[in-house]
Amino acid sequence: MVGNEGDPANIEKIKNRLGLNRPIPVQYFFYLKSIVKLDLGDSIYLRLPVLDQIKTAIPRSLSLAFVSFVIAILIGIPAGIISATRRYSIWDHGATLIAFLGLAMPGFWLGVLLILVFGVWLGLLPVFGYMPLFDKDGVHFWAWFSRLILPAIATGTGSAAILARQTRSAMLETLSQDYIRTAYAKGLQERVVIWRHAFRNSLIPVITVMGIILALLLNGVVIIEVVFAINGLGRLLVNSILGRDYPIVQGVILLTAVLFILANFIVDILYAFVNPRIRYTD
Amino acid sequence: MSQESQAALEADLGLSRRNRRGFKIYARRYARDKRAMFGLVVLILFVLAAGYTQIAELDAKWDIGIVSNIPYDPQIQGYELLEGPTLGHPFGTDNLGRDVLSRLISGARVSMIVGLFGLTMAGLVGIPLGVLAAYYGGWVDMIVMRYIDIQWAFPNFIIAVMLVGIFGLGLQNVIFAIFLAYIDDFARVIRGMVLAIKEEDYILASRALGVTDARLMIKHIFPNALPPVIVLSSVFFAAAILLESGLTFLGLGVSPLTPTWGSVLNDARPFFSSAWWLATFPGLVIMMVVLSTNFVGDALRDLNDVREYDSSVTGA
Repeated sequence: MVGNEGDPANIEKIKNRLGLNRPIPVQYFFYLKSIVKLDLGDSIYLRLPVLDQIKTAIPRSLSLAFVSFVIAILIGIPAGIISATRRYSIWDHGATLIAFLGLAMPGFWLGVLLILVFGVWLGLLPVFGYMPLFDKDGVHFWAWFSRLILPAIATGTGSAAILARQTRSAMLETLSQDYIRTAYAKGLQERVVIWRHAFRNSLIPVITVMGIILALLLNGVVIIEVVFAINGLGRLLVNSILGRDYPIVQGVILLTAVLFILANFIVDILYAFVNPRIRYTD
Repeated sequence: MSQESQAALEADLGLSRRNRRGFKIYARRYARDKRAMFGLVVLILFVLAAGYTQIAELDAKWDIGIVSNIPYDPQIQGYELLEGPTLGHPFGTDNLGRDVLSRLISGARVSMIVGLFGLTMAGLVGIPLGVLAAYYGGWVDMIVMRYIDIQWAFPNFIIAVMLVGIFGLGLQNVIFAIFLAYIDDFARVIRGMVLAIKEEDYILASRALGVTDARLMIKHIFPNALPPVIVLSSVFFAAAILLESGLTFLGLGVSPLTPTWGSVLNDARPFFSSAWWLATFPGLVIMMVVLSTNFVGDALRDLNDVREYDSSVTGA
């Protein structure tokens, strides 16, 4: 902040202003105190409160994470069900191959390819930036969605692959149960057996991987925001690290951890919701 | 030679003969798996690429002249800028006229070093932590588990980004980031294994014989808990390669001058629209290696499935 050959008096002044002369435990106490007040300090570079920057970034990252999550579910679960119900068919082999590729493919590379194909060669979709879903003029669904669909595919593919694999094995397990044979034996249609009897009972192992998927989405959001130039939390984090803006780095990492724990907590509650046999009070 | 040591020697030989037979069965079953063989071939190519400089040195020393014909200098700048794939440059050249294949071969070394060193260190710390926690239980377990829980709150990629943010760029820091990020994963996996093994009868029997805690953990529990951890390390290795390429893609990895799979892709970003080969080949290489590691890991997991192993040996 004062350069390599800064005036010692200036350095002392800044140290005093930032409270760096106090003992570490005292500094930590003041840090905790301001966290409780939701004060994350000021950005060194922009001299603006970190919280404000995070506030503008959050809707963008959450939108991206949400659309990615929906894509992962819409692709992964049906693919897993088709694989399981038509085991060893060409559909199953195809889905397995794509799932393996999806797991091995770095999301940022997929993002780059999508930009190349849909943005540059076909010119179908915008490839960078973000538009808010709501503003004072009303809802702009297409402007919001068209900018998010490509990054969301890039972020969600890995999760879709995991979901497909997990759904497949859970469905296969369920389909071999006696009550499924009973359901067929009493003349129920295949559709009813699969959806009402098998699928609902396969959901628990699928929900187990949700924690992994949340982590994948968070990772993905950080990189993909940089690829698609969306000014969300990820891009804020990367730019602050490169610019050594530590208060922002601290704030974003703290928020990430809180979000991640919160999401895992929701997954735990979902467990009990899907499977009434699970009770958390003993 | 005394009779006693003769007997010991024979026992030794018998053991190794049995091991060799076991290995042959393993190898034959492995070779039947097409995906696993594909993975093995790709991984061997990966190892060769990572050791390219050493191989080229030996090649020059012994005057064989196989490798020296392959273009290799990741930094040399030619006059053919942004040229598509040709015989001379199979993966094309970048905006400074550097051969992309050479840069990717050079990047293999970074991926290999980061994955191998980072994970080995993580294993060396995480595995003893997990074994101790599960074996002793009580407050030891509680402390280790609280640590694991804390680390569990951060996805590995975020941990790595954070550490590079604190300590700065560089190969050592990336290795360190992978090391710290994977400690909890190793500890958690082996802890679960040890918790199950601890209850086995043979452990109780050894304890009754007066075997010390340390010997019990090292000689009896650890070897039995290890196979699933080895299989899982293949998953970790694939993830570490993705993590490293992600970091370098963001410019948060090793020094920007070192070519890595992530940085080759990142450097090329302004030129994607005119040079498709810059956008495709680096990612393709990452994908192939990760895919192959997953294939090999799956095959190893199947081989280690004891039930399956027994049924194939007895032919049941």
